Amino acid sequence: MAFLDRTARSIFFWEFLKSFSLSMRYFFGKKATLNYPFEKGPLSPRFRGEHALRRYPNGEERCIACKLCEAICPAQAITIEAEPRDDGSRRTTRYDIDMVKCIYCGFCQEACPVDAIVEGPNFEYSTETREELYYNKDKLLANGDRWEREIAKNLELDAPYR
Amino acid sequence: MFFVDAFAKHMPYAWAWVLSQVILIVVFLVCLLVMVAFILLYDRKIFAAVQMRRGPNVVGIFGLLQSFADLGKYLIKEVIIPAGANKVVFLLAPLVSATLAFAAWVVIPLDNHWVFADINVGILYLFAVSSLGVYGIIMAGWASNSKYAFLSACRAAAQMVSYEVSIGFVLVTVLLFAGSLNLSDIVRAQQGVGAFSILHWNVFSILFPMLPIFFVSAIAETNRPPFDLVEAESELVAGYFVEYSSTPFLLFYLAEFLNICLMSAMVAILFFGGWLSPIDIWPLNAIPGVIWLIAKIWFFFFLFAVVRAFVPRYRYDQLMRLGWKVFLPTSLLWVLVTAAWVIFVRHGGA
Repeated sequence: MAFLDRTARSIFFWEFLKSFSLSMRYFFGKKATLNYPFEKGPLSPRFRGEHALRRYPNGEERCIACKLCEAICPAQAITIEAEPRDDGSRRTTRYDIDMVKCIYCGFCQEACPVDAIVEGPNFEYSTETREELYYNKDKLLANGDRWEREIAKNLELDAPYR
Repeated sequence: MFFVDAFAKHMPYAWAWVLSQVILIVVFLVCLLVMVAFILLYDRKIFAAVQMRRGPNVVGIFGLLQSFADLGKYLIKEVIIPAGANKVVFLLAPLVSATLAFAAWVVIPLDNHWVFADINVGILYLFAVSSLGVYGIIMAGWASNSKYAFLSACRAAAQMVSYEVSIGFVLVTVLLFAGSLNLSDIVRAQQGVGAFSILHWNVFSILFPMLPIFFVSAIAETNRPPFDLVEAESELVAGYFVEYSSTPFLLFYLAEFLNICLMSAMVAILFFGGWLSPIDIWPLNAIPGVIWLIAKIWFFFFLFAVVRAFVPRYRYDQLMRLGWKVFLPTSLLWVLVTAAWVIFVRHGGA
């Protein structure tokens, strides 16, 4: 009987008809994918995206050139040079992140005592050349200015868990 | 002929005939290419929908212009010819494939008397042209000077030859039944009258079991999944056209889809009454036959595309077993059954 059963099934394409009906159910079902460039998925406040250097509300940059981020960076993607500014405060003269080397671990953000370097919510910064991914201080500060509102909100949302 | 009389006023009749034929052929090819462009998108959309994806939807409304964007991309990319390749054969292979894929369409009747070459051995011609198609593949595999392309070409040749045998016998049953090798006559033999004219289609006759055999063989013949051992990404990278890029690749791609459309058209013509409307009553039979044929082509193409999405790839020995041990004996038997039916039932033993 098992033989007859199997033969009958294969002659009448039983498995194929069943899988066809299944595929038709999927065909007319709800799409699982997002309509990406027009519609985006939710991001966690802890999402580690593109880096940014933040400023205080009065416009003064937060970074004090302690170089903790440079020290902890496992990929050695961060390069910092610093000297005292005219008013005697310690500031960076150079703050470069090689975004090609970066592994987006978020250690720089964790190490920073003044919340200066953060990884923001932006993940859409692909470029056409490699050189554009060698971020310098200007680029990072510009990112900070651009994403400050989102970054501040994410830090506030995450604060109770730290 | 449409333009012959108009042109014949200004030039000898033979020239007028040639000119009008050339114009018609160009118009037909353009229409065919546009249809293939949308069929490509259709294929991707179906495949995406079965996997609950959206498919291309950014270029144009619903991604309708995606194929044209792809065309532009293929045309402006660099043609890379491998150092060890036989340049002449390498570039000839896609041309052979594409030319043969186009050439087969010449005998496809789009409507009653709408056919370029109304030859009385239409089926034989189609069979010959689709058999020649394997040359393009073998040339590509050999000239690429790559082991993957070569292995794939070997597989393709074996697979296409195997399934051509059973396709051949299916065609024999159909032509026995219709009593003609002319594709238009085969369609006309399926013509019925009134609300139940659909019952005159070959699919509702003794030929019914040949439909699945023809359909599956057609998938194998065009090297589509689940019989795409020729491409088998995991083992052969991409098949016989691994080394191809840009326009030559486009030609292979085009040839593949033209062949799939041709096979869909063949299913429609051989079993589903070609240009005939399913119900021969007023609003339906007023629709031009070519629309019905295109609708049928799109329907069978849908089946081709869905099968690709839900059937896992066959192993090579399974493929060969199916071709030689299942389809060949069955279709051979059915040639006898059909012949017996035609003699003893239709002609009452005469």
